[in-house]
Amino acid sequence: MSRETVFDRYKDPSAARYLLDRVKELAEDLKNGGDPIKVMEVCGTHTVQLSKTGIRSALEGAVRFVSGPGCPVCVTDQRTIDDMISLARLPGVIVCTFGDMMKVPGTYTSLYEERARGADVRIIYSPMDALQIAREVPQRPVVFLGVGFETTAPAVALALKSALQHKIRNFYLFPAHKLVPPAMRALLEDSDVEVSAYILPGHVSTILGKRAFDFVSSDYGYPSAIAGFEPVDILLALFSILNVMRAGAAPKPGVINCYPRAVTDDGNVRAKALMSECFKPVDALWRGLGLIPESGLGLKGEYSRFDAREYFDFPRFSGDHCDGRTGAPPLSAGCMCGYILKGKITPVECPLFSTACTPETPVGPCMVSGEGACAAYYYDR
Amino acid sequence: MSVDINDRITLAHGDGGLKSRELVSDLFLKYFTGEPLRALTDSAILAQAEATIAFTTDAFVISPLFFPGGDIGKLSVTGTVNDLAVMGATPRYISASFILEEGFPVSDLKRIVASMAKTAGEAGVEVVTGDTKVVRKGEADGIFIVTSGLGFFRKGRTPLMPSLIRPGDLVLINGYVGDHGVAVLSSREGITLTTPVSSDCMPLSDLIESVLETCPSGSVRCMRDPTRGGLATVVNELAEASNLEIVLDEQSIPIREEVRAACDIFGLDPLYLANEGKVVAVVDSKWAEAAVGAMRSIPGGEEARIIGEVRECTGCGGPGSERCGRTDERSEKGRTDLNRNETALAPARPGKGRALLRLAIGGTRILRTLSGSELPRIC
Repeated sequence: MSRETVFDRYKDPSAARYLLDRVKELAEDLKNGGDPIKVMEVCGTHTVQLSKTGIRSALEGAVRFVSGPGCPVCVTDQRTIDDMISLARLPGVIVCTFGDMMKVPGTYTSLYEERARGADVRIIYSPMDALQIAREVPQRPVVFLGVGFETTAPAVALALKSALQHKIRNFYLFPAHKLVPPAMRALLEDSDVEVSAYILPGHVSTILGKRAFDFVSSDYGYPSAIAGFEPVDILLALFSILNVMRAGAAPKPGVINCYPRAVTDDGNVRAKALMSECFKPVDALWRGLGLIPESGLGLKGEYSRFDAREYFDFPRFSGDHCDGRTGAPPLSAGCMCGYILKGKITPVECPLFSTACTPETPVGPCMVSGEGACAAYYYDR
Repeated sequence: MSVDINDRITLAHGDGGLKSRELVSDLFLKYFTGEPLRALTDSAILAQAEATIAFTTDAFVISPLFFPGGDIGKLSVTGTVNDLAVMGATPRYISASFILEEGFPVSDLKRIVASMAKTAGEAGVEVVTGDTKVVRKGEADGIFIVTSGLGFFRKGRTPLMPSLIRPGDLVLINGYVGDHGVAVLSSREGITLTTPVSSDCMPLSDLIESVLETCPSGSVRCMRDPTRGGLATVVNELAEASNLEIVLDEQSIPIREEVRAACDIFGLDPLYLANEGKVVAVVDSKWAEAAVGAMRSIPGGEEARIIGEVRECTGCGGPGSERCGRTDERSEKGRTDLNRNETALAPARPGKGRALLRLAIGGTRILRTLSGSELPRIC
């Protein structure tokens, strides 16, 4: 069977329409005249797909989707961004980043603006590109901004391994990677978050495996399913969790794996081994969610030498200034990212949405990234 | 003495002296052979009966200079030729100015100029005037090219304009969208795709001529080439300029499977990717099939099809209203409540146009204009 046929089955409009009708029936039945069923899609790619495919608007009134903290740019704390900008301002330093960090506003400026003012900031597609730049200009320090989840961390680990092996001494990592399961636990513990079920991230699960998310059902009792990214994938996951909800008090199955063509029980064992070779869990600041214990990745052992935070002397905003558990970041006035990332409100309920905050003039990162909840809603209107 | 192919460009090649003259005579004039240029006068003299003229200019900067399916030279000709052709004009003359970075390989320049000459021949245009400047190393990225073009309207033809678009018209495209964007991106980033994608870069003069020959005067309302910003941006521009609603059908828009796959990897949307050999045409519905047939008869038009329709702007309730696609006139209270039923909105009245996408699973969504350039995402 060709690759196209396999993928086409998950894009098939008639299958999607059929499932959509079943999901709608089930949801209407479940809510029984009450409020729409609240389902959190944790992953940013799902947020975008719900808009692009029209699933969100097709289920309006039956299911209310709540966007979770699954966009790596959006959950990066403003002070971390300020630190990255300080680093980019250091003379001679080359900063390499994925494209969607460029326009994210720090307290005063963005990497994009800094580049226009003369900072050497380069957009790359893979951490290996940054390593290549370090090879080409050995006289200048090259810093890769390590933003992302478990999905990008293995590739960063690979670049670090290669840098160590080839003794590339001008390559550094600004470690700001985040881990999804600890953030999920924080959300599940938070009584502010009112959600009935969860659609779990397909990409992160590909690395971590289904078991890494079993606690959502086993410890907290929430119906949840791992979903792929085509319309049929997402609708199948919705259909499955609504079925679990309808079964009510019946014994709940664990997390349902609706993306078995990519996700196994244990995930990508080699990628996980790479990660644990280079990284160790550290406490991390999440935009809107505050400090979550052991939810970030720091460098460990001999890899610590690549830590840009340790090596460079630049004015700090995060780290030393972080005031413990309450460390609520000083968000731009009026930006309600924190509430949006917890699913307390939808983006359109933020007073800045589409007035002061637009993709042209973003106030918060959720409006910058293509995967951000605010941008997805903006383009969805 | 002559220009050595193994040489590199130096500042002397741009100072107007001997080296500059050599570059002109040994390289440019070897490929650009039109009489008005050979005269090497300060201006090209073009004898032309009085006619309506289309005049356009474009600057070309691209990395990499050579990509699958094209290069900066080919692009600098097709870009300008296509801007003339989509107006309904017949492209005739172009100018070409080069800004070269000191150290640029002469062999690359030769390749680029040869490609320009070949493309100009295919498009039926002559390079009639030009200029070369050399800047110091680091002050340009290899080569920048600026071309301007003149086209003439044949007897009985008038400029194609968005103001001519009427409700009921159909929207056509001559083939797959997004090829150029993916080809350039993957070649710039050195990413090997399982099935390589070539740029669609080509002059559209023949294809457009075929459509204008086939369809009676007035039945082809407007054309535009969806370059930067892609199909979605062009359709938005047409909708806004005509004050009408354009609805594209998601399932009808031709996108190669490999382009879709590459977009999934990069986190891009093919509808916003640049094309360099595509034309979006809005045609009277009675002539749409004939126009598709005319496109299909010309290389580069084999996959031509109808992808959408034009209708009165219905859903938005006018500028400033909650569902209007425009944001600049939104009022303070103009926050959209997504949970609100569309039927409960203000009564429909003509407003600024908007573009919609009819989705495969049913329903429509607004197709927005791209803000800034598309940036690859992190996952």
